Amino acid sequence: MKIKTLSRIFAGALTALAVSGALAQSKPTELKVGITTFLSGPASVFGVPGMAAADLYIEQLNAAGGINGVKIVPTYIDEGVGADKLLSEYRRVVQETGTKVMLSAVSSGNCNIVAPVAEDLKVLNILWDCGTEKVLEEKRYRYVTRTQANATIEMLSTVLYLLKTKPDIKTIAVMNQDYAWGRDSWELFRNALLALKPDVKIVAELFPKFGATDYSTEISRLQALRPDVILSTSWGGDLDTFVRQASQRGLMKSSLLVLPLAESSLERLGTALPDGVIVGARGDHYFLHPQYKDEAKLKNFTKKFQEKTGAYPIYPVFHMVQALDGLVAGYQKAIKANKGQWPSTEQVADAMRGLEFRGLTGTVKIREDGQGLEDQLLGVTRKVAGYNFPILEKIMIYPADLISTPVGQKSPEWVKTIKPELINNPRFKQLN
Amino acid sequence: MNRAKIVVILLALVALLLPVALPWIKTPLILGTAFGIAALGISILIISGQISFGHAMFVCAGGYAVAFVSRQWPHLDSAWLLAVGAATGVILGIVVGSFVVRYRAIFFGMLNLALSMVLFAALGKFFNLTGGTDGLRLERAPFFGMNLERDAFESVLLVVGVALALLSGWLVQRYLRSVAGQALSAIKTNETRLEYVGISAYQTLWIGYIISATLCGVSGAIFAIAQGLVTPEMGYWVRSGEIVFVAILGGVGHPVGAFIGAGIFEFVKLFAAAYLTGAWQMVLGLVLIAMVFLAPRGISAMLEERTTAKREDV
Amino acid sequence: MSQDIYILAVLDGLSYAALLFLVALGMTLVFGVMNIVNMAHGSFYALGGYMAATLGLWATAHGASPAWSLLILPLAAIIVGCVFGALMETSLMQHIYNKDPILQLLITFSAFMIFEDLQRLVWGTQPYFVSDIVNYLGTADILGITYTRYQLMVVPGVALVVFVALRSFLKLSSIGRQIVAVSHNREISTALGINVKRISLLTFVVGSILGALAGALASPTVSWVPGIGGEMIVLSFAVVATAGLGQIEGALVAAILIGLARSFTVYLLPELEVLIPFLIMVLVLLFRPQGLFSVAQSRRV
Repeated sequence: MKIKTLSRIFAGALTALAVSGALAQSKPTELKVGITTFLSGPASVFGVPGMAAADLYIEQLNAAGGINGVKIVPTYIDEGVGADKLLSEYRRVVQETGTKVMLSAVSSGNCNIVAPVAEDLKVLNILWDCGTEKVLEEKRYRYVTRTQANATIEMLSTVLYLLKTKPDIKTIAVMNQDYAWGRDSWELFRNALLALKPDVKIVAELFPKFGATDYSTEISRLQALRPDVILSTSWGGDLDTFVRQASQRGLMKSSLLVLPLAESSLERLGTALPDGVIVGARGDHYFLHPQYKDEAKLKNFTKKFQEKTGAYPIYPVFHMVQALDGLVAGYQKAIKANKGQWPSTEQVADAMRGLEFRGLTGTVKIREDGQGLEDQLLGVTRKVAGYNFPILEKIMIYPADLISTPVGQKSPEWVKTIKPELINNPRFKQLN
Repeated sequence: MNRAKIVVILLALVALLLPVALPWIKTPLILGTAFGIAALGISILIISGQISFGHAMFVCAGGYAVAFVSRQWPHLDSAWLLAVGAATGVILGIVVGSFVVRYRAIFFGMLNLALSMVLFAALGKFFNLTGGTDGLRLERAPFFGMNLERDAFESVLLVVGVALALLSGWLVQRYLRSVAGQALSAIKTNETRLEYVGISAYQTLWIGYIISATLCGVSGAIFAIAQGLVTPEMGYWVRSGEIVFVAILGGVGHPVGAFIGAGIFEFVKLFAAAYLTGAWQMVLGLVLIAMVFLAPRGISAMLEERTTAKREDV
Repeated sequence: MSQDIYILAVLDGLSYAALLFLVALGMTLVFGVMNIVNMAHGSFYALGGYMAATLGLWATAHGASPAWSLLILPLAAIIVGCVFGALMETSLMQHIYNKDPILQLLITFSAFMIFEDLQRLVWGTQPYFVSDIVNYLGTADILGITYTRYQLMVVPGVALVVFVALRSFLKLSSIGRQIVAVSHNREISTALGINVKRISLLTFVVGSILGALAGALASPTVSWVPGIGGEMIVLSFAVVATAGLGQIEGALVAAILIGLARSFTVYLLPELEVLIPFLIMVLVLLFRPQGLFSVAQSRRV
């Protein structure tokens, strides 16, 4: 008798728990999202448009009803205060305000730092703009996912584009920012380049500090060395300053510049960037993308963004929209799997894997390791009438599946196995 | 019980009980105790009349030592890591102090500044060794043999931090009452007379320097363990300035001053970050200027009994 | 190539050295006369640059030719020095002459913190790059390397002019000699009838103008961002400590030494570039702490 009563009580308790568990995930009044970006320092010219994009897009999303009626409320955190202050702020926003979704970060260094913390705090963290491949290759995360490509895909496409347009280069020099992105991107570029063209000589490897404001001595050195190609994966204010100073001293006359992140600087640099520079967009993000520029979504957003900020959208803007679209898609997938109920953070995090969605341009696919795959766009600058900054021509699109490291392998090693035949793969199309 | 002791108990209670009401405040409190311990170290030097604008290098070195050791031996207990921080402080303090304490006044300050900038620049530059400006990350290690989740870990770290603060405050007080400690203020007032009495100014200051470096090393270790991250910024000269600032704000008359100062500093930073983004430095600057003119001996001076002999200015 | 490297390194180093000299000059002058190290001196550098950028943008908006920049830059420096320098001296420095050196340093450090936030509030956090004058003056080719004329001639030129002018001013003019007197001994100068208070104010303003001038000159060539004041101040400490506090000729030599050392390092051992100014400072402080050029004195260390 006693056992029967006990087991009835036990069953009752279990049911109560189960019911309360389901009830616990009732729809919240709003979804708090923490967003980190650069709001101060040289990188702010890159980070502030990201914030503007978030404001604009979240306003649009909320006007259309938010996610299943839940409005999104953003909080912005400045990455420009330095890594340890950022970490304190990140923790404070998560713990003090109960934010469960974070979009972080722009800097690869900061991504390496927040990813394990997000996993520890059990909050969904979308790597919305950083490129280092190491963050998702060195550890498997449940709560961390990336809605854009990574350094491997981007550097590999850059090498392929360079070797297709200039197959006979003999010497190359690199000048990257001295932090995770600058170092990791060079490692990949170098390994890929040497795998495809082993006789190229690397004449200089310069790593000025992140946020350096003066490149005069580096420019003198590069001018003295006169390499065929100068690579720089620099971005934001650092890239702007470098290009302006280089332009003042005619560095581009003696070497071909390859700037895989320069799409984000085109408008700001204006006439400082001459014709013939190879430019990448960390994805297929370009407001004049031949396939999407006339499509309603990109066209309308470009117009609204210009009205709000006075400038054309650059790739961090595209990345922000992609992250938000990915977040919405992830929530919708999780809600469907949860039979219409509001999902837990774990359910959304799991739903992000295998997700396929579109931002402003092409489709993004997220793999089982959380890494995103998106097409890459590269082109060459040319000044035309109608814009007071160069546009890109000779645009080529590189689909990600051919140039991404297989799940579970380490990129710096994998890119060494690339074969020269890849340069002329018919799936790499030139669009204009 | 005199007023200072009351304040000490009050502070310790606040630090331990506030997280019950505001769980997220644990990390700022832990960082506050770390700051206070470093400020305690600096106050020893201030008593001797010397101001070091480079002591953040010991905080930084302690933090990086903990990071290197923890990355190499991830299962080493956090208690041992704290000891590593202290040991780093001791060793570096002995080495650097051996030549630095020959200097006085502005030269002392500048040499410390220069050394800290060399460390700062070196840590930022040698990316492959030190992680460059991104710094080094360390995983959460067991604490006293227990493998803890984040929440519990932070609670233990807070208790340990407060305990270390109390311990270091008590030890420093005993040191300052000893002959070696009393001799420190003589270096400020009349060094020649001190030598005349037969006490070596060099040794006195050296011992003080080593103690201050050790405290800063412990501070760095707490910081590293709490954040799980060390960056070269920990050694930047402005950080050294902030430590001095906290020490003066709180006053060097009583060890509790360092912690009062740290508490105010953290509070203003939090408050300003939430409401006056981008103006916290201005607020602190104005506060310090007001302090220097109105209460140059710091807040802890207000706690002194009127019957005891007053200490010299600052 | 190696022969050329030396010449190129020298040219790169001289421009940098000129800026270092101007900043250090202001600081060492203030120390010589008032015996206070102004930790906020780097802030004048930053403010000078921001003011020059603002005036430059204003001038371009009004259609002025970039050549006017040659007037605007010193003007920006004078404005910053007179306004912020005088403000700081009268509200703060005047009241702390008799205080404990530690408190003096802390006051100037607080001023530095206030200035840092002031910059952000007024000019924001985004970078300024107003370089019309550099583009206007064009380039010069030396040994196959293109340098901007601004970097080669304007910056070192101004530094040299200022050096000569200041030296003559201090040696020949009445006020100059009063300043020298006060820097030797405040009490006796007062006894001799020199208005020490006025001299202090004047010196501080001149020192601030010099710091701001360096910033104004630098701002067309580099990106101007928050935090640039904090970086510059430690570099100017390096120069001043190497030269010896209060030594003007010494500051010139020390600035050239550090500037050249840095640029040679970029060519030969690029990884050590950021360390060089501080390594030099440490070495000088260890072996000749009163600086390379100071006159013998009873224990000042």
